[in-house]
Amino acid sequence: MDVKIWTYIIVGITFAIYIGIAIWTRAGSTKEFYVAGGGVSPLANGMATAADWMSAASFISMAGIISFAGYDGAVYLMGWTGGYVLLALLLAPYLRKFGKFTVPDFIGDRYYSKTARSVAVFCALIVSFTYVAGQMRGVGVVFSRFLEVEINTGVIIGMIIVLFYAVLGGMKGITYTQVAQYCVLIFAFMVPAIFISIQMTGNPIPQLGMGGTVAGTDTYLLDKLNGLSTELGFTEYTDGSKSMIDVLAITLALMVGTAGLPHVIVRFFTVKNVKDARKSAGLALVFIVILYTTAPAVSVFARTNLIETVSNKNYADMPQWFKNWEKTGLLIYNDKNADGKIQYVKGDAFVLKDGKPQKDQPNAESANELYIDNDIMVLANPEIAKLPNWVIALVAAGALAAALSTAAGLLLVISAAVSHDLIKKMVNPNISEKGELWTARISAAVAVIIAGYFGINPPGFVAAVVALAFGLAAASFFPAIILGIFNKRMNKEGAVAGMVVGMALMLYYMAKFKLGWIGEMPDKSEWWFGISPEGFGTVAMIANFIVALVVSKFTPAPPQEVQDIVENIRIPSGAAEAGAAH
Amino acid sequence: MSDQKHATAYWKENLKYLLILLSIWFLCSYGAGILFVDQLNTIKLGGFPLGFWFAQQGSMYVFVILIFVYVRLMNKLDKKYGFDND
Repeated sequence: MDVKIWTYIIVGITFAIYIGIAIWTRAGSTKEFYVAGGGVSPLANGMATAADWMSAASFISMAGIISFAGYDGAVYLMGWTGGYVLLALLLAPYLRKFGKFTVPDFIGDRYYSKTARSVAVFCALIVSFTYVAGQMRGVGVVFSRFLEVEINTGVIIGMIIVLFYAVLGGMKGITYTQVAQYCVLIFAFMVPAIFISIQMTGNPIPQLGMGGTVAGTDTYLLDKLNGLSTELGFTEYTDGSKSMIDVLAITLALMVGTAGLPHVIVRFFTVKNVKDARKSAGLALVFIVILYTTAPAVSVFARTNLIETVSNKNYADMPQWFKNWEKTGLLIYNDKNADGKIQYVKGDAFVLKDGKPQKDQPNAESANELYIDNDIMVLANPEIAKLPNWVIALVAAGALAAALSTAAGLLLVISAAVSHDLIKKMVNPNISEKGELWTARISAAVAVIIAGYFGINPPGFVAAVVALAFGLAAASFFPAIILGIFNKRMNKEGAVAGMVVGMALMLYYMAKFKLGWIGEMPDKSEWWFGISPEGFGTVAMIANFIVALVVSKFTPAPPQEVQDIVENIRIPSGAAEAGAAH
Repeated sequence: MSDQKHATAYWKENLKYLLILLSIWFLCSYGAGILFVDQLNTIKLGGFPLGFWFAQQGSMYVFVILIFVYVRLMNKLDKKYGFDND
């Protein structure tokens, strides 16, 4: 059977499962809609969190990015996993004990102020919308590559599926579809990785194969790759090219950003008690680390495979997958020196415009003749390794599962921010339970439509805004929540001033150094402390902490009942009642 | 012990655990994976330079272990102070 039929079958089956689960787990109350009723088992919540967290970018792009960045790719690996340690130790147990529905709920109550709540709602909406647009685009891209439909058609199909289970099931529906989606995506990621590991190193465990010897020789795979890389003018694979301060800053910004992302935090509101919140954070990280430790192995395999297949080989002899991916524009070749061979060396093969290579403008300054998109490394891997067609179809289903599960989690945050924090807590406190549930459903539906619109008409700065989402979460939520738990004296003046300063700094730096909206786009040498926009969340976070602490010193202490809340969330017992009393 | 003192003692022990665990968290990721990566890379672990292994594999395993150690420690601590009921 050909790939297309397999893809229709496998994607069709997985979609049927998601819809089936959605119908079976309809939400009947706001508590079910926002926090799945609050009784999800730690195991199910761990899987759901993993699927929620791992987006289209983790599944499709990460291994490719690492395979071009080598050692520097570690910022993503450590940054996107280390945050769970912070989450498990510093946030999840206390927020679960607090026992409300959303992150702005905590900020609003702990800082006894509508201003603080509004600032939090604003941050939650910006962070979630920037993130969700990328997911809908991801769904469209996967559809277009594997099923040869228009990207826009793909986005619309994705919208309908998400609309169905997010609007109907709320958090309850999302949780159990995410469990199914985790199973699909991890299976789809691991199967090709294991096959390729066996082919290249004879070891079925990719994490070990990566450090093993090339099958049938005594040479270590990494030594071989280092040799190939330096031959072609790249830095050694196991060495980095980013400055140490920047690597530190980016890693910290991603970790702290992860711990501050509202769609991840709310998952811990869904378990029964504090004990389960801690445990499910650990399980979530196990499920994530399975993929995250495999990805760098895939990067090494794919990179070695690629160099060996293309470097100094005749263009006419290229395998079928090379031609297939050329059609999509993810692989572009231009025979600059007209020798019929592919010269793949360091440098940009084509002139870049907005970060995209211009097919008809070869870059005369570089001898490199080949442009390779990051995403190919995962998407084309099964073809490069000559795996059966059903594996290729499986990768498509896995990528869709990753994108849909993250999109659904984000949409829920958006709908809860509107219906619960904005309408119920600020505009119309007398709204009935039924009214609030309907408002939540309608805002979820509107959010899907807006997200779909951005998926079809992506703003040029989508790539930039994902970094912004992490930076903003690091610069706003993380310090406010940490101080709210660990510093009893922290008051509304301090927290609001800190969040506003952190957010403003982050937005300014992004606009100036990433988007070039303020004057000329400055050179890298003008970066503050040598830190890139991706890592600037760290600086903005530190600024938030300092401003909050200083301002709170000179303003009145929070009222006694707020200090009592802090005392209370530090003690784990009684979480079940706290949730029920809501 | 009064309720207040009881709760404060619990909180202090909790903070002590956090300090120890987060120090290990920092040392493995930022220490071994970034700050001392070049020194560690002179040591080999099979085909891996050790610093590179910490950055792309080892630190993640340590993260998982840290959370489960924390879960165990806290479950014991909750029991000790009688905070283990829902």
